[in-house]
Amino acid sequence: MSHAADPGLAGKPHENAEGHHPHGTQGTFRSYMTGFVLSVILTAIPFWLVMGEVLNDTRMTGIVIMALAAVQIVVHMIYFLHMNTKSEGGWTFMALVFTLILVVITLVGSIWVMYHLDQNMMPMSPHEALQKP
Amino acid sequence: MFSNLDLQQLIFGRLTLEAIPYHEPILLGTFAVVALGGIALLGAITWYGKWGYLWHEWFTSVDHKKIGIMYIVLAIVMLLRGFADAVMMITQKALAVGASEGYLPPHHYDQVFSAHGSIMIFFMAMPFVTGIMNYVMPLQIGARDVAFPFLNNFSFWMTAGGAILTMMSLFVGEFSRATWLGFAPLSGAAYSPGVGVDYYIWGLQVAGVGTTLSGINLIATIVKMRAPGMTMMKLPVFCWTTLASNAIIVTIFPVLTATLALLALDRYVGTHFFTNDYGGNAMMYMNLIWIWGHPEVYVLILPAFGIYSEVVSTFCSKRLFGYTSMVYATMVIALVSWLVWLHHFFTMGAGPTVNSFFAIASMIISIPTGAKVFNWLFTMYRGKIRFETPFVWVVGFIPTFVIGGLTGVLLAVPPVDFVVHNSLFLVAHFHNVIIGGVVFGLLAGVQYWFPKAFGYKLDPFWGKASFWCWLVGFWTVFTPLYILGLMGVTRRTQHFDDPAVQPFLTVAAVGVFIIAAGILAFLIQLFVSYLRREQLRDLTGDPWDGRTLEWATSSPPPPYNFAFTPVVHDLDAWWDMKQRGYDHPLEGFRPIHMPKNTGAGVILAGLSTVLGFALVWYIWWLAALSFIALVAAAITHTFNYNRDYYIPAEDVARLEGRRMAQLAGRA
Amino acid sequence: MHEMTPPPGATAPVFYAQEEHAHGDGGTLFGFWIYLMGDSLIFAVLFACYGVLGRNFAAGPSGADLFDLRLVAVNTGLLLLSSITYGFAMLEMDKDQARKTLVWLGVTGLLGAAFLAIELYEFAHLIHEGATPQRSAFLSSFFTLVGTHGLHVTVGIVWLVTLMIQVRQRGLIVANQRRLMCLSMFWHFLDVVWIGVFTFVYLMGVMR
Repeated sequence: MSHAADPGLAGKPHENAEGHHPHGTQGTFRSYMTGFVLSVILTAIPFWLVMGEVLNDTRMTGIVIMALAAVQIVVHMIYFLHMNTKSEGGWTFMALVFTLILVVITLVGSIWVMYHLDQNMMPMSPHEALQKP
Repeated sequence: MFSNLDLQQLIFGRLTLEAIPYHEPILLGTFAVVALGGIALLGAITWYGKWGYLWHEWFTSVDHKKIGIMYIVLAIVMLLRGFADAVMMITQKALAVGASEGYLPPHHYDQVFSAHGSIMIFFMAMPFVTGIMNYVMPLQIGARDVAFPFLNNFSFWMTAGGAILTMMSLFVGEFSRATWLGFAPLSGAAYSPGVGVDYYIWGLQVAGVGTTLSGINLIATIVKMRAPGMTMMKLPVFCWTTLASNAIIVTIFPVLTATLALLALDRYVGTHFFTNDYGGNAMMYMNLIWIWGHPEVYVLILPAFGIYSEVVSTFCSKRLFGYTSMVYATMVIALVSWLVWLHHFFTMGAGPTVNSFFAIASMIISIPTGAKVFNWLFTMYRGKIRFETPFVWVVGFIPTFVIGGLTGVLLAVPPVDFVVHNSLFLVAHFHNVIIGGVVFGLLAGVQYWFPKAFGYKLDPFWGKASFWCWLVGFWTVFTPLYILGLMGVTRRTQHFDDPAVQPFLTVAAVGVFIIAAGILAFLIQLFVSYLRREQLRDLTGDPWDGRTLEWATSSPPPPYNFAFTPVVHDLDAWWDMKQRGYDHPLEGFRPIHMPKNTGAGVILAGLSTVLGFALVWYIWWLAALSFIALVAAAITHTFNYNRDYYIPAEDVARLEGRRMAQLAGRA
Repeated sequence: MHEMTPPPGATAPVFYAQEEHAHGDGGTLFGFWIYLMGDSLIFAVLFACYGVLGRNFAAGPSGADLFDLRLVAVNTGLLLLSSITYGFAMLEMDKDQARKTLVWLGVTGLLGAAFLAIELYEFAHLIHEGATPQRSAFLSSFFTLVGTHGLHVTVGIVWLVTLMIQVRQRGLIVANQRRLMCLSMFWHFLDVVWIGVFTFVYLMGVMR
């Protein structure tokens, strides 16, 4: 599978007169404002839900604000960090996905493991001891 | 010393003259030897006026080839230190049975095994692997250097700084007694109030910065600087393993940095991450440190696998069997290595559900590894095998590593692990895979690429002698330990009551001296080869009839590696060029853009090392000063925009002309 | 098996590039992105610690007792604003407007400094109330996670000031543009981490 003219490099940025870098700042005023407004909304709602005790259910509130946080992170990635699948021939996105997987493993794995260790190995409270047969 | 204790503590922190081990004859003896040797070395360098040469040609060099060699020199020096620790441990164990106490009291023995592990992993294996990746990978992808040459130099000096801090603990103060991983709560302030764990922490933090930056550097190099035509699926397997290894490094070393920082906070500031009280949870330390620790061993073994792939295909004169499956196996191993860490503490009580998940993942990871072994064997089948020194190491590696891997699969079964966890069986297993896998690979790599770096082959007799001593010695040491482990003998033990263990330990001690002979043979090989270098000289740049691009350059390569960037059309690019008749251009040379040497790396790493030392001894004024100086120096360095120069076309032409003459002359 | 012999009469393919292609950005932006990926793992560890130890109050104060969400809301707003002002700086850089770039950078720096000031005030207040990092594992992990984020912001501001001087001295040359783009990635990354912080530490902490 050899292509004679296949460039080995991920993609060569074209140079203009002053060597201006064309890739890094793909933002426009519009995209920054969109991202900003979305972020404000996605921040205001969680604060309102918690400070106003709106839902009366901490579990549900927790799930909602976590979901909104995830959405806001994606908003930041797209509108501020200009994340896309093309940059650096896809390597940027692949690095992000790999890191994300490992971050999830670290968080979920640690909490799962430590929860079980604590359940099995930490001293019982008097209340728990009373529940035992 | 001072009548006013407060003033003394202000100036010297907790450093006193008591920190120097006057009462330990072994340490004093070691110090005498090191001091004499050091004075001799420094004296010789001064006498021959070589400081300028060393500074300008080596210490400040940003050339990946020079930096690679420096890493390997550091690794070999630290191998000697780590091996000395091993000799001490095994002789103590063999002697201290029943009534005999041996010669190493527990307080000292604990430091020795902690130092042995820390040094062998962080200051021998890691720099060795990094050095080979640094030297070889840019040449294999047809590049002139790594992506960030200054960062490369800085990374080396940070590793060296960490090594210096660790070595200092031998003579000023003491080292950690909390194992090579610094397990809490033993490593916390309550149980290890001395300086040992602090030396451990700061030595690793300084070196860790170097390793992380190096990881970023090598990834960026492979992604961005491949020669035209070298798509990812035409990348040499060694470069794939380099990519995988460094991808792991970049993700795990921040975990180590954070974990050690939390331990440091516990020790210095009194926080409660890993303490027994106020809500701390020492098991969290275990969890985090092994999230680092398991993928770390894959950082070490993957490049070794890459070396084996290169050596096997070269000395069987055959393309590597199953290139695509090798690539996939490498990436799968890298990913799954992140999913098995709990198998290091099956016995800590996480329960059957958790244990089963990690057990199955640990067994799964042996599958792609096995696929690699089959690929090497299939490459050898019907190949034209040449039993040169590098290949001999591969032949020793395969059975040795496979057995070690099998014992690993045994350990992956939790009920089995409940019996042999932290026994000598475990110790034998990991030495089996690290020595049989990593060390054999590194030594094969040295034999293989030494001619490229220095222009002459290494003496084959001493090379093979070294191999046989290592192979026989290794099995002599660890077979008895496997047996003892199955019998229930625990690791990290300095004295035994049961005399039945002594015959086994004595055999193991003999084995260690056989390995020592192997190391000695290697050093002799270096020396003898240097003396016989004209007879061993290689003028072609391709002494082994190699397949990858590093063999397209002269030996040693010119500073710029390639006068013209190669264009790649196929896997095994150099082999392809040789088969299809390439034309080495004789004219049209252009000026070549190169990065300048700089002392900034040495200075920044030096300041970091001073900072580490000050933090160990609580010399706060020195810590503050060195920290400020470090930040200032780093910022000042960023104001230097004048970091490159051009090699004039005439110089390139001259060097290439000399190369052509060499090639013609040897015909 | 690939032993190719050229067919008779064929010429060998070109194995050497006679023309040097442009270096492009040489990998700095990509390399810095990889660094940020590593930095994410430092924060992952700190978040994991907070997740595991975050309810170990050791009979001391909890998040509900301590956190002032109005202050956190203000801080969140400041950081978000600073992200967009940095964005404006980049837009001006694209238009080669050095002076306006410096203005927006300066605004960003001031917003960052305000963020830090409020955070330091918050920490001082907590410590004054006896809620020190040494009081419990919950507080240890709180101070370390939020403090590490604050340290990153501090480094970002030092870097920003340094870059402002360098842009002042040499203008928007390619090297400086590259550095500004790296700082841009860093700054936005810090805002991403802060989303995690205000959600998991403050909002969830108050609800427990």
